[in-house]
Amino acid sequence: MTVVSVLVFAMLGGGVLLALLRLGLGPSLLDRVVATDALLVIISAGLAVYAALTRNPTVVPVLVVVSLLGFVGSVSVARYIGGMLSDTADDDRRADPVPEVRP
Amino acid sequence: MNGVHSVADVIAMACLLLGALLCLTAGLGLLRFPDVLSRMHAGTKPQAVGVLLIMVGSALRLAGSSVVWMLLLVAVFQLITAPVSAHMIGRIAYRRRHVRRDRMLVDELGSGAGRPGGPQGDEPADGDARRGR
Repeated sequence: MTVVSVLVFAMLGGGVLLALLRLGLGPSLLDRVVATDALLVIISAGLAVYAALTRNPTVVPVLVVVSLLGFVGSVSVARYIGGMLSDTADDDRRADPVPEVRP
Repeated sequence: MNGVHSVADVIAMACLLLGALLCLTAGLGLLRFPDVLSRMHAGTKPQAVGVLLIMVGSALRLAGSSVVWMLLLVAVFQLITAPVSAHMIGRIAYRRRHVRRDRMLVDELGSGAGRPGGPQGDEPADGDARRGR
């Protein structure tokens, strides 16, 4: 029991540290978005592991909120970068004039 | 505290360990892989399989409680939303040239060599290699 909890939290903590490192280093904005997404997923996994190991169901609603927030955050930042893209002109222009719906 | 009492607890512990291992590999892959698409490949492992395993483990540990449906809701929600956000991030990454095209085997979105202009993203992953083509 104790061994399992130490192992699980050590692995989750290692994952969080490496994702934070990528969040700091990441050369572009999209790397940081991917790292933030993974970070939120690992945080929700940590909450679920805590709830499971202590048989304490009070943190489970927080889990729903965290997973919702991760989705909304990554999608909104991706749409924001897409909006910057449509300002900077022909990044995706093709050779044939395909009518294209931009986000 | 709450020890291991039954077979279900052992299975739950195995699921939790596997899920945490997937989270660790996601961190490793995020740090070591070269560009956005391969980092997404690594970083979305815990979004599907890891969260499913950890939710199964938690549901086994919390069985009989009234929050098991909430764990199921989280798992289903992850399975629905992970492809959506990954699709959007991947599309923007391709358009902003954060993709290293010299490491691609198949480029199904590319329109060949006739693309006008050079890289215009903020951080092109393969700036000079593409301009010379």
